[in-house]
Parts: sequence; structure tokens; C-alpha cells
Amino acid sequence: MPIIVISVGNRFVYVPANKPQCPISTKESLPLHRLLETYKTKAPYSLTLSLPLDIYFQLKSVTHFWPSMAAAAETSSQRTLRNAFGSVLAFFILLLIGVLAFSIRLFSVIKYESVIHEFDPYFNYRVTQFLTKNGIYDFWNWFDDRTWYPLGRVIGGTVYPGLTLTAGTIWRILNSLNIPLSVETVCVFTAPIFSAFASWATYLLTKEVKGAGAGLTAAVLLAMVPSYISRSVAGSYDNEAVAIFALIFTFYLYIKTLNTGSLFYATLNAIAYFYMVCSWGGYTFIINLIPMHVLLCIVTGRYSSRLYIAYAPLVVLGTLLASLVPVVGFNAVMTSEHFASFLVFIVIHVVALVYYIKGILSAKMFKVAVTLVVSIGLVVCCAVIAVLIALVASSPTMGWSGRSLSLLDPTYASKYIPIIASVSEHQPPTWPSYFMDINVLAFLVPAGIIACFLPLSDASSFVILYIVTSVYFSGVMVRLMLVLAPAACIMSGIALSQAFDVFTRSIKFQLPGISGKSEVDAGETSSSSVVAENDAAKPDKSEETLKERPSRKNKKKEKGQVEKANVEKNSTKSKIEKRLLVLPLEASVIALLLLVFLGAFYVVHCVWAAAEAYSAPSIVLTSHSNDGLHVFDDFREAYAWLRHNTEVDDKVASWWDYGYQTTAMANRTVIVDNNTWNNTHIATVGTAMSSPEKAAWEIFNSLDVKYVLVVFGGLVGYPSDDINKFLWMVRIGGGVFPHIKEPDYLRDGQYRIDSQATPTMLNCLMYKLSYYRFVDSDGKGFDRVRRTEIGKKYIKLTHFEEVFTTHHWMVRIYKLKPPKNRIRGKTKKSKSKTSTTSSSRKSGARKKNPWH
Amino acid sequence: MGICIVLFSSLSQSRSSYIFRILNSTGAAERMTKLSALVAAVSLLPILCFSFSPENPTDRRVLVLLDDLSLKSSHSIFFNSLKSRGFDLDFKLADDPKLSLQRYGQYLYDALILFTPSTDRFGGSLDLAGVLDFVDSGHDLILAADASASDLIRNIATECGVDFDEDSSAMVIDHKSYAVTETEGDHTLIVSDDYIQSDVILGSTKVESPILYKGIAHSLNAANSLVLKVLSASPSAYSANPSSKLSNPPLLIGSAISLVSVVQARNNARIMITGSLDMFSNRLLRSGVQKAGDSNKYSKSGNEQFVTELSKWVFHERGHLKAVNLRHHKVGETDEPAIYRINDNLEFSVQIYEWSGKSWGPYVANDVQVQFYMMSPYVLKTLFTDQKGLYHTSFKVPDVYGVFQFKVEYQRLGYTSLSLSKQIPVRPFKHNEYERFITTAFPYYGASFITMAGFFIFSIFYLYNK
Repeated sequence: MPIIVISVGNRFVYVPANKPQCPISTKESLPLHRLLETYKTKAPYSLTLSLPLDIYFQLKSVTHFWPSMAAAAETSSQRTLRNAFGSVLAFFILLLIGVLAFSIRLFSVIKYESVIHEFDPYFNYRVTQFLTKNGIYDFWNWFDDRTWYPLGRVIGGTVYPGLTLTAGTIWRILNSLNIPLSVETVCVFTAPIFSAFASWATYLLTKEVKGAGAGLTAAVLLAMVPSYISRSVAGSYDNEAVAIFALIFTFYLYIKTLNTGSLFYATLNAIAYFYMVCSWGGYTFIINLIPMHVLLCIVTGRYSSRLYIAYAPLVVLGTLLASLVPVVGFNAVMTSEHFASFLVFIVIHVVALVYYIKGILSAKMFKVAVTLVVSIGLVVCCAVIAVLIALVASSPTMGWSGRSLSLLDPTYASKYIPIIASVSEHQPPTWPSYFMDINVLAFLVPAGIIACFLPLSDASSFVILYIVTSVYFSGVMVRLMLVLAPAACIMSGIALSQAFDVFTRSIKFQLPGISGKSEVDAGETSSSSVVAENDAAKPDKSEETLKERPSRKNKKKEKGQVEKANVEKNSTKSKIEKRLLVLPLEASVIALLLLVFLGAFYVVHCVWAAAEAYSAPSIVLTSHSNDGLHVFDDFREAYAWLRHNTEVDDKVASWWDYGYQTTAMANRTVIVDNNTWNNTHIATVGTAMSSPEKAAWEIFNSLDVKYVLVVFGGLVGYPSDDINKFLWMVRIGGGVFPHIKEPDYLRDGQYRIDSQATPTMLNCLMYKLSYYRFVDSDGKGFDRVRRTEIGKKYIKLTHFEEVFTTHHWMVRIYKLKPPKNRIRGKTKKSKSKTSTTSSSRKSGARKKNPWH
Repeated sequence: MGICIVLFSSLSQSRSSYIFRILNSTGAAERMTKLSALVAAVSLLPILCFSFSPENPTDRRVLVLLDDLSLKSSHSIFFNSLKSRGFDLDFKLADDPKLSLQRYGQYLYDALILFTPSTDRFGGSLDLAGVLDFVDSGHDLILAADASASDLIRNIATECGVDFDEDSSAMVIDHKSYAVTETEGDHTLIVSDDYIQSDVILGSTKVESPILYKGIAHSLNAANSLVLKVLSASPSAYSANPSSKLSNPPLLIGSAISLVSVVQARNNARIMITGSLDMFSNRLLRSGVQKAGDSNKYSKSGNEQFVTELSKWVFHERGHLKAVNLRHHKVGETDEPAIYRINDNLEFSVQIYEWSGKSWGPYVANDVQVQFYMMSPYVLKTLFTDQKGLYHTSFKVPDVYGVFQFKVEYQRLGYTSLSLSKQIPVRPFKHNEYERFITTAFPYYGASFITMAGFFIFSIFYLYNK
């Protein structure tokens, strides 16, 4: 094995050439110690400055890399024991972190019930049911004729199958072990299980960056970060639940490959990336972030063969694997989201070639070669770029999907794609939501970034890039707060662990009585840094202290470190000098206390968020009032009514939010659902909802709709009802059918439903269906969501009839009346007679709702 | 076969309430042997056959409401022709206090004849809405008004799409084609021979003699597709009060005036509306007719044939179609699949029968079409018939996936409308239904294998050739 030996001062250290960052374990160092001694005399491999500076600093940054051979030999047995003890402790801590991550997400099950939440999870649940019933091939080829009527949806080709396959596999394994859990139970608990995995992945990733201590801290933080909890409580069976684990794990494997240069990890990385592609559309984040990092490394002169091994297999294998996922398919090579990776792939090969040529050519020849290559390369590049531009320009959106465009230009969606803008999770977040979702991490992140700069390694530069990009993305879309959360946890974990490191060490030095024994104890300060207290460790110690100081003052001294390191060559620092470099005892104690308080506050906030804010399943609602707890189970009531009282092939129209639930819970065909692949179809439903009754009836009838479902919160004050979403229906409808104009529904730019509302508004179907008979409830028609009396109280329906209204009026179901059996004549006389007819019919209709 | 009809008629149609009760009572007497139950059922057969059902669409029980029981004798020819065709007529006065169309939610009658032009309100529980609900539940109606037509009768007509002249004293007057009588009169007894051209409605035998008509005019809305003008007045007719001088030009003139109209509602209930009660009377049925200015004198007016044939149509003795056994399957198979694949070849068939008044016979036409429909027809094919009621065709499923429907929409003048649809999803290819190897892609296969082999050889060289 080739060995690189670096001499610093009069000590020698060695590293295996293929993993220069890898610290020497004490075990390894023993037999090689003699070897090194001989090398020292001959010193043929003493390559003092032949390594790039950054690797030199990387070597330094790994603390237990430093101990001299003598020291290692001296305390090796003791340290082995300590390491073993630390590993066991870390293992149990990780186990507990997993338990914490799992159990903090069970509030929703305990407070409500074991039930699938919200909208999308119902679709995933339905798909999983299909998978477990019919097997993977039928799932792959599943053409679903119950959604998007009459277009249908090729489910197998349009879903990210990762989550479904994961849950299906878990279910299958459990069943084969004779643990008969229902599919629903497995689905409910998939997210908590995977958040435990995600915490462990965070530990691994952070450990690669800054050592085990930071890893454990980051894992704890991630286990209960509210942002992640919001998407992974038990029952929240959505892609993000497994995708965040896949994301972090892919990053970990990338960093691991980068640190080791092992092809094994590179292959694993590609497989992890494949799993991520299977799971979530957010995989484009990975395939853009990693190239960015590679480019950064190349530009900053950090190119190495490890970088090549970490990147090239990922692109080749990853792209091949990604295109196997039906939903991605040729997108993996056709869309602009992936072009960055290919571009960097070319760049890294050019750079590799340059390094190679540089190695075999003399300096003079190299110059000639450079001019040659640059001129040819420019031509080739121009050609490639021209082809790329032609490809990109040939597509109307320049090859970018709407969601990605709205990431780059935050105003894009609201300008051009109302269907993307209408989703609340696609809105930019407000400031409080940062505090809500990542809490104190927001303050710790900057400290973590600074810690990552001291010193800057390949791994830490990646983490910095990760946090910077994810902060930007989270600012665009509140949903991407989820991507920010792991980055923030990693950064905060690093910051916290480094801070604890400094403070506890400062205390240890200054506490009387302990200082004498500190040689022994110091090693335990944290599991990340095993510091040996002896002559050899002293410079290191001061070195670290020095590192911490600029982090609190400024970065000015960062540069000075290089000199410091050289100065230290012959340093014989005394303990007195060291004492100057540690913090005062009182300050350390107070700072420690404050940090503990900060952590405690974070824990309290997280538990509160998990218990109160993010555990509501949103299909069952509760409210506390003076007379106790109210449970609103209207959604399931309505879906059950549909399931039991309508024909199997009946079509139910509703706004697309309720499509997944209707198919999954009521088992009825829907016109549109939460999968937004066909804008026109959604616009058709939007147009129907914003049209007058007759036009709406015609639209619905042409779609074979039998029932129309509206969600109405006016009676109980449920704010996310269809009236509040109505403007989006108008916008989306108007985007395709220009006769629907938004200003017609607004009075002086204001959206109102009271007597000031415009006639168009008062006559549209949504208004009528929402407020039909509403005045009967309290005599005034006071809408508790909009806090106003409604504008049109006595509504007569001509083409629709009410068939069901739930207990709290939250869901109202109407049936389309059949076309009139007869067509009336023109004569309008003897009104008394006709009015008796209609009134008798109305009373007939009124009788039909037995609930009021 | 008889049992089958029993079951069909009692299960599928709601009209036969009393039959249900009888059947229930036989069912309740569980001790009875099977045989006796069978005997009972068979003995019930004639009664059951009289009830309206999809299998036997002709009306049987008819309620006739009269202003005055003397109409029973003055219009006896018409009533007798109905009776002779097997109808069970139930005469009642319009203000009979026990008047009721339904009992326990079941209709007691299959059809209603309203010869009550002057009734302002019916007796019992019957009212305007009652009559309309009767029609809307698929029953037939004959309504005759005359110069004294009440608001109630006018409203029923209006609800069915027929507008009687608003001037309550107006009658149809025709100074050119009036019936020649002994006295000159006021030309309100008019003669018309302007029939609708439809063998289905008026029967295959042509009505030779013209129709005598004395009554009020009505008009139809041209946009109303359900109502048909069966007998219209001559171009010289107009509607006005014959006893007073015309102060304004009459609103209804010429052939816009409809004398007899029929409505076929969307549920195939049939309604006949006329402004002349006298048209059905023995007097006009029996009298000879001579049109003014025409030397031809017919010994007997066409009224009898006209009203008889029209009543046959109204009471579903003619022009009633049914479509059954809508089937489809892939070419070469016989089972109906749950889903088709794009570009499958399929065969489609449907059987259409026509009711002849007594039995179902094949319906023969060459214009029945099937649509393969998803928001718009993707395939529209005319069906071939084997002259025995079976219509069939075969076609290729379009290259579009989605939820399609087989649709047969058949609407012909005089016939009940057929509207069938059957939903069938069409899926895209499965992953293993594509071609495994494409000839045009062989260069790519070659390239990849050559690359693999090249890499292999290069590796061997590189590793072992130092």
C-alpha cells in the first residue's frame, strides 16, 4: 500500500494514499509505527508540502489523527476501551433517537385515531392497497378508470412508486412473518419509521462532515424538527415521508464516497439516488446540488480522484437507474433539470484529462498541450452548447417544468400557472413559519456555517452549499422548508457540538482538581474528539481553541492559521499559554447553561408542534369551546353516504382537492383529483363551479356527472372551504375559458359574498350550492368564516337538488336533476297555479334531507 | 314463459301494486304447496298481463274523466273502440270526491283521458301537479279541450308544451275550408286534412277522408322538440271569437294553428292534446263531410280512423321500441371483457324489437348507429341488421385510452327514443405488450454490445499487459 508521509515539525504522520482524510486508528498505527521510524531515518517519502494545502488542513482537522506515534503506543489499550465505550454509548443514543423520532410522531394516533391524513396520502393508500392486492406488475400497468373521468389515469406511469413499494414491501414482509397487520396500519406508521431512519442518516452524514458528536446532535435535532414532523406524523403517508430519508442518505453516501474514494460507496450512492428518484420529484435537488458542489470543488482547486469517483458513477448509473422509473423515463436525459449534471460531467472529464496530461508531460509540453486542448475544447464546447440551446429552445417552457421554473423565478407561478399558485404549500413562506418550522435552528445555522469553514473540507463545503441552496428554495415555496430542515439540523448540530466542545474543555482546564487528571479525562470530552493530553496534543489543543475563537470574533484569523500551523512546528507551549486561549470559566458555564436552555426550548417547542399544530388528520377536525370538545367528522360522513347511496359507476364532481379522498373513501369516479396533470380538465370543473346553474349543469352533464360535492365551512367556521378557494377556481377556469373573468366576481377588487357581492358571484353555482338553505340554519345566514351575512339568502335551485348535507354542513352533496321530462309552453298565465306547483315541489325536496 | 312474465311485470314495474299484495299474501301463506302457488300465479296471469311493463308496454287500465256522464254515450264509438282493443275503461266524473290516481304510492291506472274541458278543479286528491306527475312517471294522457276550456286544462296543456289561444272565447274559424252543412253557420266546424307524414303515428292505412274539427286553436313552440303537430289547420284558418267582430288581427293564423298535437316526453310517456272534444263525438265520427269549394263528398269523416289510430299510438300499441342484449367482445372471443386495450378489434351487437300491440317483433331499419364515445364520438358506425332484430358491427378501438361508452342514440319520428350507453374503459399497452426488439433500433443494440465488448477487451489489456 503506498503511503504518504507528512512531516510536520518533528512528528511524522502517515495516511494511506487512497484515503488521505481517513484518520489512523490506533490499532493500525502500531505495526506501522516501526515502519515509520525507519522511514524517518531514510525519509524518502517525506513529502512535506507536496500535498495540496486543503488536504493538509483536512488532516489537521481530524483531531485524533494528530497524536504522535509514541503517544498512540502509550495509551492505545486505554483508548481502545474508551472508543469501544463511546461506540456503545453512541449506539444506544442512536437507538433512543430512533425511538424519539418514532414516538414524537404518534400524537396524531393517540389524540385522534390511526387514520390516513389529508388528501394525497389517501391516493397513496389506495395505490398501496392495489399493489398489495394485485402485485407489482399490475400496479405498474394500472390504468385507473375511476379518476379523471373520462380520461382515466395511467397510475403506474405517473406516480413515484417509492413510497408505495416501500410500504407494500413492509406489509409483505410482516405478513410473511405471520404478523397480520392491515395495509392501512402499515401505511400509517411508514412515515414515523422512516423519520427514525432519516435521523440515523443524518447522524452518518454529519459524522462524515464533523465527527460523531456533531452527528449525534444533528440526529437528535432532526428527530424532532417541526418542519419534518409536519410531513411525517403517523398517518401522513406521503412521498416526503420516505424521500427525506432518501435525500439525506444519498448525501451521506456522496460524502462518504468523497471522503473514501471507494467505488463501493459510489455504487451504493447511485442506488440510494435511484430510491430517491422513485420516491419524490425532489430528486432534482440532488442532481443539481451535487454537480454544483463538484463544480465548486473544481473551481476552488479541490479536484481529486475521489471527487471523480464520487461523481462520475453517480451520473452514469444514476441517470440509467432514474430513467427506469416510469414517471421519469426519458425526462432523465431530456429536461433541463438534469442538464447541469451532464455539463459538470463533461467538465470533470476535461479537468481529469488535464490533470492526467499534466502528470505525464513536462511543463513546457504541457503549455503547448493546454493551448491545443483549449482551442479544440472551445470549438467542441461551442458545438455542444449550441446543440443544448437548440434542444432547450425547442420546448415552449425552455424544457423546464412549471414547478422548477417557479423555483428559479418565484413570481413565475403566480403570473402564469394559477394551478401551481393555488396550492397553499407552493406559496412563499412567511417569517413566522421559519420560526415555527425550524425554531432555534434558525439562530444556530450561521454558527454552524462558520464552524464548517474552520477548516473547509470537501464535506463541509458540501454542507454549506446544501444549506445555502435550501434556504433559497424554502424562501420560494413553503413546501421546500422540508428540504431546509435537515440542512438546518446538520448545521445546528455542528454548531452545538462545537460550542459544547469548547465550553466543556474550557471548564475542564480551569476546574481545580480535574486539571491534574485532565490527561486522562480530556479524551472523553466528546466522542468526536479524543484528545490525548500529552506533549504531542498540546499544540493541537491550542490549535483547536484558536479555531474556535475566530468563529466568535471574525474570520480574520482563519488565514492566520496557516502561519500558526507553521509557527507551531517548534512550539513548546506551556500550560499557562494554553490557559489564555480558553474561555473564562464563568462565561463558559453561563454559555453552557444558555445552550442547554436553548435546547430545552427547542424540545418544548417541538413537542408542542407535534402534539398541537401538526397532528390533525384534517379529515377529522376538533374544536374546543366552552361546552367542551367538538368533533367534526363530516368528511367521512359524506364519503360514507356516497359509498352507500350512489351507484358504483356514478361520477362525482368536486374541486380537485377532494378527488383523492372521494376515490379512496367513497370509491366513486371523480372528474378531477389532486394530481394536476391536465389543466384543461380542472379548468372545466372550475368553469362549471363559477358559471350560472344552467351552464354548469350542461358542463357537468357532458361529463356524465351525477353528483356535485361542495365543502362549506360557513356554519362551523371551517376556513378552508370551497368559497375561500373559489377565486382559484375562477382563475384556473378563466385561464382556459376566457369568458370567466375574475373581475366579474370581485367588487372593487374585493372578494365578498355579502350583499355587496357582484351579481355574477351571487349567481354562480358555487355560491348557490354553498349557501342553499343556509338561511334556515340561523334565520340570518351569517357566515362564520367570512364573518358576514350572506348576500343572497333565499336561493332556488333549478338544475340541482340537494341530496345530502352532513351534520355540520361541512360537506354538501347535490344531485343533477335529469333533463325536464316535458318542455313547457310559452304562455305564462295564472301564476297562482304554477307557483303552487313549484312550492309543492320545493317542499318535496326539502323533505329529502332527514338531518335537519 | 308465463311465469317469467309474472316475475318481470311484478318486479320491474311499479304500477301493479295490488298484484304485489296478492303475491305477498300467497307468499305469506307459506304452508301452501308450491303447486298451488304456481296455480295461483298462473290464474293471476291474465290480470298481470294487463299491467304496463317494459315487456308489455301497451296501456291497459285507463281512467276516463268526464264533465258529464252523458259524454259516455255521446262519445261511445271512441270508447267502444278502446274497449274492443282490450282497454279497461274506468269512467268517473271530474269532480268525483274519491278521485285518485294512485294508492299507496302505486298508480292505479296506466293512462288518463281528460274529457273535462270545463272543469276548474278535480275532485279528490287530483290536481294539476298530480296529472303532471302521472305523466312524468311514464303514463299516457289524452286531453281534449273545447271552447269552454278552463284554466286547469289550459295549464296542463301549457306544462306539456301546448299553448291554447289565450282568448278564452276564440275558436278556429276557416272561411275557406269549412265543412259544408245544412246551415251556413259561423264556419267553426272546419275541415282539415293536413296530417303529419308518419305511418308510425297515424297507422299505415292512409286517412282518406278529411277530419271534422270544431274547437279552439293552439300553437306550439318551434324550439320544443318533444311536441309534434299531428293535424294543423289550413292556411286560411284563424282563431277568433266567432260571435263578435274582429277588432285586432288574430294572433293565431294559418298553418301555425295546430288542431291536434302529440307529445312524447323524454321518458316516452305520450300525450295527445286537442282543442276539440267534439272531434271524438259520435256525431262527427258518423257524419259525412264535404269541404267547402270541393265537390267531393265523403260519406264518413276521417275522424274515427284518425282518433283510433292516434289513440293506438298514444297508448303504446304502436311505435314502441326496446333494445336489449347490448353486447361487445373482442374479435375471436365471446366473453365480454372488463377493459379493452387500444387498437383492439371488437364486435358490437344489440337487439332491437318493436312492439306490435300484442307481441315483440324485430325492428328493421338501416339507420341504427353506435358511437364509441368519450366526450365526443371517436367511432360512429352504422349497424348491420340480420332482419331479425339483431344489429351488429365490428370496429377497431381508437388509439386513445380513457373511459369510453358504447352509445346507441336512436330517435325516429313516432318511435320511442332509444338511449343506451355502456361504459367500458380502454387502457394503453402494458409494459410487456410492446415489441421487444425494434428493427430500426438494431444499430443501437449493436453499438451498445460493441461498446461492452470493447471495454472488456480494453480492461484485459490494461490490467494484464504491463
